[in-house]
Amino acid sequence: MALTAQWAEAWIRECSQVLTEHRTALIELDRAIGDADHGENMQRGFAAVVAKLDAGGQETPGAVFKLTAMTLMSTVGGAAGPLYGTAFLRAATALGDAAEIDPAAVVGFLTAARDGVVARGKAEPGDKTMIDAWTPAVEAADTAQSAGASAVEVLEAAANAAQAGALATEPLIARKGRASYLGERSAGHRDPGAQSSALILQAAADTAGRQQ
Amino acid sequence: MTVGLVIVSHSSKIAEGVIELAAQMAPNVRIAAAGGTSDSPSRIGTSLEKVQSALDEAEQGDGVVVLTDLGSAVMTAEMTLEFLSPDTRSRIRLPQAALVEGAVAAAVQAESGGTVDEVASAAERAVVSIDPESLEPFVSHGSAAPGPSAPLEAAAEPAVTGAWTLPNKMGLHARPAAVIARALTDLDAEVTINGVDGKSVMLLMSLALGEGKELRAEATGPEAQKAIEYIGGEVKAGFGEL
Repeated sequence: MALTAQWAEAWIRECSQVLTEHRTALIELDRAIGDADHGENMQRGFAAVVAKLDAGGQETPGAVFKLTAMTLMSTVGGAAGPLYGTAFLRAATALGDAAEIDPAAVVGFLTAARDGVVARGKAEPGDKTMIDAWTPAVEAADTAQSAGASAVEVLEAAANAAQAGALATEPLIARKGRASYLGERSAGHRDPGAQSSALILQAAADTAGRQQ
Repeated sequence: MTVGLVIVSHSSKIAEGVIELAAQMAPNVRIAAAGGTSDSPSRIGTSLEKVQSALDEAEQGDGVVVLTDLGSAVMTAEMTLEFLSPDTRSRIRLPQAALVEGAVAAAVQAESGGTVDEVASAAERAVVSIDPESLEPFVSHGSAAPGPSAPLEAAAEPAVTGAWTLPNKMGLHARPAAVIARALTDLDAEVTINGVDGKSVMLLMSLALGEGKELRAEATGPEAQKAIEYIGGEVKAGFGEL
């Protein structure tokens, strides 16, 4: 079964809920190597998106992602706003007017989102950023899709790889963003942006799984 | 009409404060703030929506220079530009500049009728760094100002000079520095004041010349005499503050 606008909307609502649950945990991660606002920023940003989704009118997954992008860019604050905003905007562009998302399109929109984050933040794998969750996620999604996985399975592969990628940021020394000011002292802490990326991708897989 | 400015900061107070400072020297330049997030109450962060409406407010047809603070403010500003039509975008500049110094220099340049490229370039050049080793305690910071102290190459023409003691209480502070820099920009002369470029408001301010300090000016070029007379007149009148 292909994914629809209904799934896209369910995903974003699930993000809002999951980020509310993990608000304190993300704040703690960010307190160690940043400015302690990531949990708060993400929760508020997605809550603002949910308020707009309640008004309705998004008939394609692309339209849901575009609304998400525009709202996050104005309400998240901090680097996560333009970065997640760009990710969802590029995902929306990749999907165009399509009403349904097949496994190849899942890989397509995840890749576009990751490329958007790279272009906006100019970070590379290993810099201890969101990219360290997104890049393995895209690679795992691609591998799964090539092996004939369903859309749900592709999203699950991406979510698992993203969480592993987030964990793998712990020993890294930050080279981008506010944490880079800490230099070697940033090692030993998980990157909050990589962790929120993993949560968001897990929410995508969970909501898709429930719709089957 | 002049080039407009947009100040993008994570903090609405910083954006407003920078505008307050820059507007003092450029009363006719339209400067719009985009500080904090869009939700209410506004938090620390930057907002695409706020940058978009600030651009609308600042644009009067001659272009806009956007100045930003920390990293994600730059990202938000870049995103905003991506949403504009190529025609609108072609009149907007995003210089890499220090926010406060850049905004003051850009505002002065815009006030003097500079083009969008000239205003952006003024912002980029406006970095004042003080070398602590050259600071003498309790002495004028004049020697700490950067920049070539004597670009008056092998004087093909003799320099016109003048020296005066600052009579007003606040000395060569922001407003008179802006007035002098602007007036000298309009003259066909190379002018140095206490070793720095007399047409740079930031360098003049960095001299930190207070009451009782000596201001020494040297000028070359067709309007050198006029430049020195102008500076002398302004100093003797205490920049209108006596």
